Amino acid sequence: MIQSRSIGKRLTLLLAAVAALLSVLSWAMVTALAREASQRTQDNVLAASATTIAETLRSEQGEVRLELPYAAFAMLGAISEDRVFYRVTAGGVTLTGYDELTPPTPGSAGQVVFETSVFRGAAIRMASLGRAVLAGDEPVLVTVTVAQTRDGVSAVADDLSSLAAMLSVAFFLLAAALSALVAYTSLKPLNEIASAVSRRGPSDLRPVVRPAPTELAPLLLALNRLMDRLRQSIRRSEDFIAEAAHRIRTPLATVRAQTEIALRMAQTDTEREHLRQIIRAVDESSRSAGQLLDHATVAYRIEDLARDTLDLATLAARTVAALEPTASMRDIRLLLKADTAWIAGDAVLLENALRNILDNAIKYSPEDTSVTLQITCDATTARLSVTDQGPGLGLAPFEPLTQRFQRGENTADIVGSGLGLTIAAEVLQAHGGRLELSNAQLKGGGACITLVLPLA
Amino acid sequence: MYHLGFASGLTLTLPLALTLALTGMAQAAELELEDHRVFPALQAATGGMDTGTRVLRVASTTDLDVFEPYIAAFQAARPEIAVDYSVLSSSNLHRAIRDGVAFDLAMSSAMDLQFQLANDGFAQPFSSAATEALPDWARWRDLIFAFTTEPAVVAIHSASFEGLDLPATRQELIAVLRDHPERFVGAVGTYDVRESGLGYLFATQEDRSTDAYWRLNEVMGRLGPQLYCCSLQMIEDVAEGRLAVAYNVLGSYAEDWLDEDQSGRMQILTMQDFSNVMLRTVIIPTTARQIEAAGAMVDMLADLGMRELQGDWALPALSHSGPREDAGFGPIRLGPGLMAYLDPLNRRTFLTEWENAMEQR
Ligand SMILES: Nc1ncnc2c1ncn2[C@@H]1O[C@H](COP(=O)(O)OP(=O)(O)OP(=O)(O)O)[C@@H](O)[C@H]1O
Ligand SMILES: [Mg+2]
Repeated sequence: MIQSRSIGKRLTLLLAAVAALLSVLSWAMVTALAREASQRTQDNVLAASATTIAETLRSEQGEVRLELPYAAFAMLGAISEDRVFYRVTAGGVTLTGYDELTPPTPGSAGQVVFETSVFRGAAIRMASLGRAVLAGDEPVLVTVTVAQTRDGVSAVADDLSSLAAMLSVAFFLLAAALSALVAYTSLKPLNEIASAVSRRGPSDLRPVVRPAPTELAPLLLALNRLMDRLRQSIRRSEDFIAEAAHRIRTPLATVRAQTEIALRMAQTDTEREHLRQIIRAVDESSRSAGQLLDHATVAYRIEDLARDTLDLATLAARTVAALEPTASMRDIRLLLKADTAWIAGDAVLLENALRNILDNAIKYSPEDTSVTLQITCDATTARLSVTDQGPGLGLAPFEPLTQRFQRGENTADIVGSGLGLTIAAEVLQAHGGRLELSNAQLKGGGACITLVLPLA
Repeated sequence: MYHLGFASGLTLTLPLALTLALTGMAQAAELELEDHRVFPALQAATGGMDTGTRVLRVASTTDLDVFEPYIAAFQAARPEIAVDYSVLSSSNLHRAIRDGVAFDLAMSSAMDLQFQLANDGFAQPFSSAATEALPDWARWRDLIFAFTTEPAVVAIHSASFEGLDLPATRQELIAVLRDHPERFVGAVGTYDVRESGLGYLFATQEDRSTDAYWRLNEVMGRLGPQLYCCSLQMIEDVAEGRLAVAYNVLGSYAEDWLDEDQSGRMQILTMQDFSNVMLRTVIIPTTARQIEAAGAMVDMLADLGMRELQGDWALPALSHSGPREDAGFGPIRLGPGLMAYLDPLNRRTFLTEWENAMEQR
């Protein structure tokens, strides 16, 4: 699987990046607004100051006269501790004030013009106001300029800006945390579905039925369709195998019967030997077909596993009874030592599994021995062990024996297909249990196969 | 006829009028000093590299004998620093700093002139824990620091007021002066606002605050006022009986005088309708070289300004209340408003009006 970056991380990062961008933007905006607002406050006061001075302009005996009212200066001190400069000119000649202060180009009469400039090395803001005053016969343009350094404006703006910066950082942190939360919650259904699917058993192909958000519904639908197709295709091949096995068994039975008749009528030993070999091969094929059919049945039942409450002891007793005739043909005693042990499962499948184990025990043991079945329980599991006095399983590891068509080395001419343990192991796995293979520890002991099942 | 303070030489112990050529003065090598003394360092400089003694050059309007204890206290803390103390009139001090004469500290009672120096860039910023502790109204932009609040009062010669109710407001003072011209003719004194920076400050602030001021001027003008450059001379003349009333003298100086002279010849009246309170301020000029020492002196003055008890100090501490714009009491606000009356146009108009009032007889 090619793993690309996690959606959760990507979503978180993306949202956090958006939050960061918004934070920076809002900070920049607040800063600009704060600067603008404090600049306007200063402009208003400067304009008021210049206007107050301009209002005192008058002409006396052909000369321009004015006063600089206390209030015009005092109001400048009210908003900040900024340095104050001023200049009043009449027709370009300084009447009073700071000579070096260059007023901005005047606007239309009576209108206050503002300008930012530098005076004596300090940044200043100027407000200038022009007014025509009659001096003698001619009107003279008198310009009143009031200027103030901008430290107060900067201080206010900087204060607000750093406040905004702190708020933006706080906002960003909050937004980032929320982004992570949002990413987590929006991915939660996906993760839930994924874990629900991954928790399933290997052969569980039932449709996933659970509430899913609209965005995930198509994925879930596609998944369920896929599983359905898979199940059908498995079912078809199992059906096919069962059908095939069934079709083979009938003609094989006919072949065997005919061969036995032929064997009875055979004249020579060589002829008889040939016919016996045919019978053996037919038996092998027939066993294989039978087991294949069984395996298909098991796989079919597992798909829709019944969960009946069963007593393992009763089940074992029933199976033992069913196999008693086979065992007694070889003088093998089947000994069952068991107390009640309640489990949940499918009786048919479990009987099938136990029958395969017992079948092995009887088949691989020498005549006149005994096979012991014992049930033990602990807190959560029930263990049904089948111990024989045969040759045992040989050398570990035993797990390969549960693989399909895998037979041991000790089989000699004993008929078998290598599917018995496979069937048993699959049944137990479907029940949430397992098959344990070992050799009996006791002297003269053979194989010890244990069926482990969870208690009901 | 009215007399100018400087013209009436008899009543004035004229300043020493030291005209010294101080070393290191860029321009205006000639400086009109009223008093001058060098307080040598109490202890040789311990620093390895700079062997020359550090001299803190102080320009001040405060009389030497008033300020001497302050210098002693400073040198007790910093014995390695010598202090060169020059007393100038407030306008001379202002001019000297403007002309770039090198001083490490400029101290003046004319807070408008001091403010203008700071506003026009002749002061350099200084900040320390002590200056930060000053109330907002006692400093401006870390350039100018106030360390006293000193009210303007009326000093009277007790004998001249025998049998009269002591006036408590300007209104009452006007009435007394008007009703008894025989007692007060030629015996009222006030600042010559043309000469004295502090007098001009008090006068302009009164102009702004009370309309009784001009009526009082009219009345005084009719009585042939004596005009003075400085508080101390007015107080002396009141005590000696040469003056019956001295209007707008520095309360702190008058109190000091009363501490010395228990004869009861002089009394202090505080006007109840309105009272000017001046802030004595200090700046570190841009020409300062001993900035560290100047800062130490500013710190000491700021600390003294914030002291709770008067103690033995000649100058009062800062008052606990700041300027109250409407009530008419409290210190004059340290702000650009002070520059209004310094404008030459305004000054000319004001002085013309003042002269008209004073010169009417
Ligand atoms: N009880 C046992 N004793 C000794 N060997 C055993 C025993 N049970 C299983 N085996 C070994 O494990 C192998 C696998 O068993 P399994 O039952 O799957 O196949 P089979 O018995 O050979 O064929 P089938 O049972 O399908 O006819 C056997 O071939 C045999 O070698
Ligand atoms: Mg088998």
